[in-house]
Amino acid sequence: MKETTLNGEQPPNGDASPRGYLEAKGFWSWAYTLDHKRIGVMYLYTTLFFFLLGGVFALLIRIKLMFPGQYIFTNQTYNVLFTMHGALMIFLFIIPAIPSGLGNFFIPMHIGARDVAFPRLNLLSYWVFVAGIVVILFSLIRPMDTGWTFYTPYSARTAADVTTLSFGVFLIGMSSILTGLNFLVTIHKLRAPGMTWHRMPLFIWSMYATSIIQVLATPVVGITFLLLAMERVLGVGFFDPAKGGDPILFQHFFWFYSHPVVYVMILPAMGIISEIVPAFSRKPIFGYNAIAYSSVAIAVFGFFVWGHHMFVTGMSSTAAIIFSLLTYSVAIPTAIKVFNWIATMYKGSITFESPMLYALTFIFLFVVGGLTGMFLGALGADIHVHDTYFIVAHFHYTMVGGTVMGLLAGLHYWFPKMTGRMLSEKMARPAWLLMFIGFNVTFFTQFILGFEGMPRRYAEYPAQYQALNIVSTVGSWILAAGILIMFANFVHGLFRGPPAPPNPWKALSLEWQTGSPPPTENYPEIPTVTDWPYGYAGKQT
Amino acid sequence: MKEHKSGNVTYIAVWAALVVLTAVTVAVSYVHLGMMNVVVALLVASVKASLVALFFMHLRYESRLVWGFALTPIFFLILIIAGTLSDTLFR
Ligand SMILES: [Cu+2]
Repeated sequence: MKETTLNGEQPPNGDASPRGYLEAKGFWSWAYTLDHKRIGVMYLYTTLFFFLLGGVFALLIRIKLMFPGQYIFTNQTYNVLFTMHGALMIFLFIIPAIPSGLGNFFIPMHIGARDVAFPRLNLLSYWVFVAGIVVILFSLIRPMDTGWTFYTPYSARTAADVTTLSFGVFLIGMSSILTGLNFLVTIHKLRAPGMTWHRMPLFIWSMYATSIIQVLATPVVGITFLLLAMERVLGVGFFDPAKGGDPILFQHFFWFYSHPVVYVMILPAMGIISEIVPAFSRKPIFGYNAIAYSSVAIAVFGFFVWGHHMFVTGMSSTAAIIFSLLTYSVAIPTAIKVFNWIATMYKGSITFESPMLYALTFIFLFVVGGLTGMFLGALGADIHVHDTYFIVAHFHYTMVGGTVMGLLAGLHYWFPKMTGRMLSEKMARPAWLLMFIGFNVTFFTQFILGFEGMPRRYAEYPAQYQALNIVSTVGSWILAAGILIMFANFVHGLFRGPPAPPNPWKALSLEWQTGSPPPTENYPEIPTVTDWPYGYAGKQT
Repeated sequence: MKEHKSGNVTYIAVWAALVVLTAVTVAVSYVHLGMMNVVVALLVASVKASLVALFFMHLRYESRLVWGFALTPIFFLILIIAGTLSDTLFR
């Protein structure tokens, strides 16, 4: 892979400035920028802000749940808090963070391009995203209490401002479609000479699969919210049985988007893991084709399983059986990835810098989240644990243990490239340890609570569940402490971190062969690619 | 995309066909066929939509890539209808 560096030269810093793409200063240099790197950074700042805000809501929820009865908040406030926690975390953090943030920054760099295919569309999608945020914040005047899923018939009747919030999500969805479209065209059209499909980094394959879902699934949720708004504003009876509608139809539409979208959350994280594991094992990735195709397979299979969210809602048992069987099919490509990562590490020279710690955490926690998903795909078991804390624990293991850990792995891995400064490993390790312990204390207890029958969503619960709830709340404090130290490390690294070399991890993909931070044009000359990016230890498998 | 000269004759023929099919839809709605009313109405509507896409929207003269973009959403439409019917038909 030496040949893929720029004309075999030592990686130069491109145009003379050591600050690279960060050279221009001032608000307008960011607000009007067409540089995919700056747009990616703006997305990261925005989404991480909502990660912290959603986290504050989570801490408040956990504090209330230390006591079975009403405590601190009214129950109505509790409903608002858990709705906002879900809605902000899902729509403003987990869905956009990796694709729009890290994806924007690294897709063009990975394929050896100067920018995305449509830079202006890229900027538009960011500002549409911001417009969506503003609309969502407006809805807080009469805050939502429906949960983030907007289920009818309650969402069609409540006095809370469902229409405004769903319009905000509509805009966020539009931004998501534009980004996905941009990435698809970029990956098809802008690959550097020699960058064949099978020489692409696996992060690109996973982002390609993600973009397919974004473009094809997001319109459905947009239309669903329009139907809901028509029902609320004009009184059309799409979902109201009294007018000939069907409340379960809403759930069909909603999950037709919202199940595939869990792969918009997890696939990019899997792509990051596929980059980090070989780089820190100093071994070529095992099963490149299997990992690449399984990303696309997950994206496709993911469209066939939405009914598994509705097993106990009154859906026909014929449909339940079909969707249960199809749900198991998604486990296959997911397991393929996990086995290939493990095979990559086998007999590798593994080092445990912070990106690798987070990547390993991803694999471990995501396997727990994925396997408990299989419990839920089974019709009998699902009836026992549906709408209990078992579900809450399951999706936090996949979304936090999976996506967030993947994001943090990526942030630690690429921080030197994005900022030109190194993070402190001395701070990163204790932060990781606290997060790992805190996360498991918080959420493993919820598996037990759910299995014992504690229902989710309610503000109050029977006193028999209090002990484990207190454990879970203490866990959330440990988790929060870890996150605070990590952010302190980010801020410290941003201003005081020692300058980063172009390639601190000795990784082989293209972005490491240019300056840290990269110059505005990414590469002084478009590189010519002659090999895949996983030729560690010089051999291919 | 190659240049083609189907000309006004084709457009007028397609327009006439659409008018006739609209008349068919209206006429059939007066005949009582039970479930078949819906089937016929959807069939006629599909033919009309195809005519519009093929001629007025030039799909007939487009590359395979454009065909792919046109057909993929139809697959997803079939998927969501089939999946939802597997619920409502068997409740
Ligand atoms: Cu699902």
